Amino acid sequence: MAASSPTTAGPGPGLHRRRTSRSVGESAIKALLLLAALISILTTTGIVIALVRDTINFLGSVGVGTYLFGTTWSPLAGGDNQAFGVVPLVYDTLYLTAIGLLVAVPFGLGSAIYLSEYASQRVRRILKPAVEVLAGIPTIVFGFFALTFVSPEILKGLLQIDIGTFNALSAGLVLGVLVLPTIATVADDALAAVPTSLREGAFGLGASRMQVSLRVVFPAALSGIVAALVLGASRAIGETVIILVAGGSIAQLTLDPREPMTNMAAFIAQTASADIPTTGVEYETIFAVGTTLFVMTLILNTIAIRFVRRFRQVYE
Amino acid sequence: MSVAEAPLAGLAVERASRGDKVRDLLFRGALLLSLSVGFVTLGALLVDVLIEGGPRLSWSFLTEFPSQIFPERAGISSALLGTLYLMVLTGVFIVPVGVASAIYLEEYADRDRWWNRAIELNIQNLAAVPSIVYGILGLAFIVRDPLGLGAVVLAGALTLGLLVLPVVIVVSREAIRAVPPSIREGSLALGATHWQTIWKQTLPGALPGIATGVILALSRAIGETAPLLVIGAAAFVPFNPGADPTSGAFSAIPVAILSSLSDPDPEQQVLAAAAIIVLMAILLVMNAGAVYLRNRYEQKW
Repeated sequence: MAASSPTTAGPGPGLHRRRTSRSVGESAIKALLLLAALISILTTTGIVIALVRDTINFLGSVGVGTYLFGTTWSPLAGGDNQAFGVVPLVYDTLYLTAIGLLVAVPFGLGSAIYLSEYASQRVRRILKPAVEVLAGIPTIVFGFFALTFVSPEILKGLLQIDIGTFNALSAGLVLGVLVLPTIATVADDALAAVPTSLREGAFGLGASRMQVSLRVVFPAALSGIVAALVLGASRAIGETVIILVAGGSIAQLTLDPREPMTNMAAFIAQTASADIPTTGVEYETIFAVGTTLFVMTLILNTIAIRFVRRFRQVYE
Repeated sequence: MSVAEAPLAGLAVERASRGDKVRDLLFRGALLLSLSVGFVTLGALLVDVLIEGGPRLSWSFLTEFPSQIFPERAGISSALLGTLYLMVLTGVFIVPVGVASAIYLEEYADRDRWWNRAIELNIQNLAAVPSIVYGILGLAFIVRDPLGLGAVVLAGALTLGLLVLPVVIVVSREAIRAVPPSIREGSLALGATHWQTIWKQTLPGALPGIATGVILALSRAIGETAPLLVIGAAAFVPFNPGADPTSGAFSAIPVAILSSLSDPDPEQQVLAAAAIIVLMAILLVMNAGAVYLRNRYEQKW
């Protein structure tokens, strides 16, 4: 399509039309459609401006070093107890994500291999949408589940773990269940995109189904699987409500999953709906933490998009 | 195909022995176990919610207003209507904008132009931005100046609309792409303009797919809590939303559930469970609608 002139873009690159009132109308429509498509660019620009504007103010009054390397996070505390070190908040976010991935990665990939390599076409046609249903459940429902069931009934009741109402363990485990379908569906797409001829070749050499799945299909789909894991991690890092409901509201540097923890998104939600003046450095933390979260997820998403593109290019 | 050959080269050729059979069976069992984790959780979740909230459901639960003092008489009228209102307004926003973007990208955009590639990459990225960030966007530009709407239902709908727009665009593009080129070529050959072809041939063919995408996007939108919290949706609104979407406080079911959950009163937890049942029922109806549309109207070309 590189050779076609801009007026004939679209289907039929060889057609040349005269400039009539009809073609003027056509150009107007194209301009209108482009305008709609530009709303997405405007959204990104808006996000960046909204975040950066107040983050600069915030860093101006707190200091870049204090924010990035400080190890105490208590921006809403009064007087001398107030501290703006984001390290514990980022640590908690990653810690909760790690608990989630411990659940989501093995079970998500296991589900994907079953769907793509073991399930019959008929079973797959029922199970795959069912997994997607799981992905459509609102996160507030998962939050409710973590707070009223996983924490008191499973962890405290069944497993006799000594935890309070709010703890990192229940929030992290349920976060894993939230992310599981994302990993399962993206990884399944990647596995299903591996050409059948590869499987047939391996079966022909006498390999068992497990060997075919693990040693042929899985490595061949690796870039798509990496994309699935990165997308899952990005989803977990940005989750708000499960952590807000079940994790607690303290950002602390601890290795103990029984302790309460919060994450960046939950902090933002909590602070934005708190009763504090909308001017001042306390309120600006929303934007600074928002920028930090945005940058982290942006990096992960860029990596994921790269990997998805790679597996599409190889086999399509 | 060098990537494809590499794993084969590493595969030692062995006959499947009896040990392999056992290992294979164990592996299959492990896979089924992983698959069941999601479904068992889903089952436990549904049973938990139904047991806790089911007995609390009644007609008055849908028509009464929230109350902190008398939770046993409280209802979710304002939150339910707020959610339905949000859904309608979000739909009115995302359908034209999402479909127009999809048409542009599929039918007009020349992929050799950098700006078209930028739009595409941008939509991919937006789809994975955390929802809380959209809340910040809504707070900064829709609730406050330049739009300056305040924390009203229209601000909520626009914020949710921007959040789910990538979903509508991606699904609509797939639906448009699935319409075979022969249909377009036939129309163009008969002298129809590019736009006439899109409007009379391509879009009608893509409609079932687009409708499914819109429903999925809306079901994602009404389940969102985080952006609404940031833009200032209220938990206790003792009146139903008025006809004017630009004035008055508003609530939504997820926000109401959250506020009940943060209340230590055990009766509030029952309220939360009952509200979850209502929310899930709405989502179930929407998803059933999407499945029906897809099965009933999907065209095989």
